[in-house]
Amino acid sequence: MTVDVAVLGAGMHPWGKWGRSFVEYGTAAARAALVDAGVDWRDIGSIVGADTVRGGYPGYVAGATFAKALGWQGARVASVYAACASGAQAIAAARAQILAGLAEVVLVVGADAAPKGFFRPAGGDRPDDPDWLRFRLLGATNPAYFGLYARRRMAVHGDTAEDFAQVKVKNAAMGALNPYARYRKRVTAEEVAASAVVADPLRLLDICATSDGAAALVLSSVGFAHRHGVERPVRIRAVSTVTPRFPNAVLDLPDIATDSAVTVEPAGETFRASIASAAYEEAGIGPEDLSLAEVYDLSTALELQWYEDLGLCGEGEGAKLLREGVTAPGGRIPVNASGGLASFGEAVPAQAIAQVCELTWQLRGTAGDRQIAGARAGITANQGLFGHGSAVVAVR
Amino acid sequence: MPRTRTPAVDGWFGGEGEAFRLLGTRCSSCASVFFPREDAHCRNPHCAGGPLEEVPLSRKGRIWSYTDSRYRPPSPYVSNPELPWEPRALIAVELAAERIVVLGQAAPGITVAELAVGMEVEAVPGVLHEDAETTWTIWHWRPTGVRV
Ligand SMILES: [Zn+2]
Repeated sequence: MTVDVAVLGAGMHPWGKWGRSFVEYGTAAARAALVDAGVDWRDIGSIVGADTVRGGYPGYVAGATFAKALGWQGARVASVYAACASGAQAIAAARAQILAGLAEVVLVVGADAAPKGFFRPAGGDRPDDPDWLRFRLLGATNPAYFGLYARRRMAVHGDTAEDFAQVKVKNAAMGALNPYARYRKRVTAEEVAASAVVADPLRLLDICATSDGAAALVLSSVGFAHRHGVERPVRIRAVSTVTPRFPNAVLDLPDIATDSAVTVEPAGETFRASIASAAYEEAGIGPEDLSLAEVYDLSTALELQWYEDLGLCGEGEGAKLLREGVTAPGGRIPVNASGGLASFGEAVPAQAIAQVCELTWQLRGTAGDRQIAGARAGITANQGLFGHGSAVVAVR
Repeated sequence: MPRTRTPAVDGWFGGEGEAFRLLGTRCSSCASVFFPREDAHCRNPHCAGGPLEEVPLSRKGRIWSYTDSRYRPPSPYVSNPELPWEPRALIAVELAAERIVVLGQAAPGITVAELAVGMEVEAVPGVLHEDAETTWTIWHWRPTGVRV
């Protein structure tokens, strides 16, 4: 177990397609987090930015870009890129600085202005880049991989398209209650079934959209929080940023093939499961201790996979857990009380930070109409392209 | 003038007709197999590394999963925007001898309606796209017993 860090402040810019710069979104989220923390920007010792690669040159140096927008004040700075896990790595960098005594209070910011339609690799001829190759050689978009996982679940576990649709129904109902969500309308199973197939067997409403959005956190040492007058801060107890173990035997974005298992037997747990178990081990808690979870529902079917990878149920039992209402509000372990990516859409550098914002509000008891009663501990789970793990455990 | 037939990617497949194979590499020290080919250094963390040798992969395997693309994929995928988009099935295939799963497009005309997890398929030569001078070749997965 490690020493906790405190979450003093959380802030977001509403997600959607706003047509403005990622700098504007990130700065708005950062200012909201600072206000929430009651900390002046000039007193922040360090800023960590999660990078976007679509914002042009400033996007690669997100920490400094946000620091300039907030007004240069001499803070230590870092920028991190880990695809969808960028936000978790930004939190990990901030936490490491706090625990090492390099900074007492750190601002973490992630923001993106997403392109329309499918994500695609950066331009140019890059045959040494697996992300470029999967598009060039196969036309394999992200939804194609989600379709492969969904079909595999149907074949192996007996999941149905109706099960997948119920994930959307659940998450949309929660997103309707979240003022930061892009989609704030309830969705019916009939509406999911009537939407166009994107990648068999998944339909448009099974797959998350791309969005603009931003999220920010103010993190500090627990001592700083106490001196700042916060008696019982929400605390981050674990941040998992693990990589896979060879051979990674489950086909993962953006790869065209798995590692061969002909020489080395695969580990007993998959990469996704290892992300969660590393977080549990560091936090000294298990799935039975959780009040809620925020998971990376790139597709409805993938949310069911996470139930199993987080140990909320046994392998193949994800759909059963959903059908029994265990992961719905009022259930034993509500999942994606924020509405999830189903309601937010993807804003890559922001989403892992946004998950922790939701945990913070839930653990404080200030999540409004979507509050999970008596929330004491929560986990986030996420995975970045190219083997980036991402999970955060927060407690109060 | 006839177009030149050129692989869309170098060194990943070769051979004509029945002899067509995906090509990977195998570590001479630990026997780990890599596809796409790994030519620099063995990626098995338990292996000190040794020369990597080209190895043909099994021609036949079983479907691990499958899907398709009902919308036109973005660049760098090449398709003719003048023509209506025809969905392409994608098949992930488990090769038993190599214990590896390899993704590929299905042979033309194969739709998801004809596929099932566990079905046997084979690697066959195919065409990715053509431009004025070149026919860019690729591997396709085709259910065994299906003839074109
Ligand atoms: Zn080796």
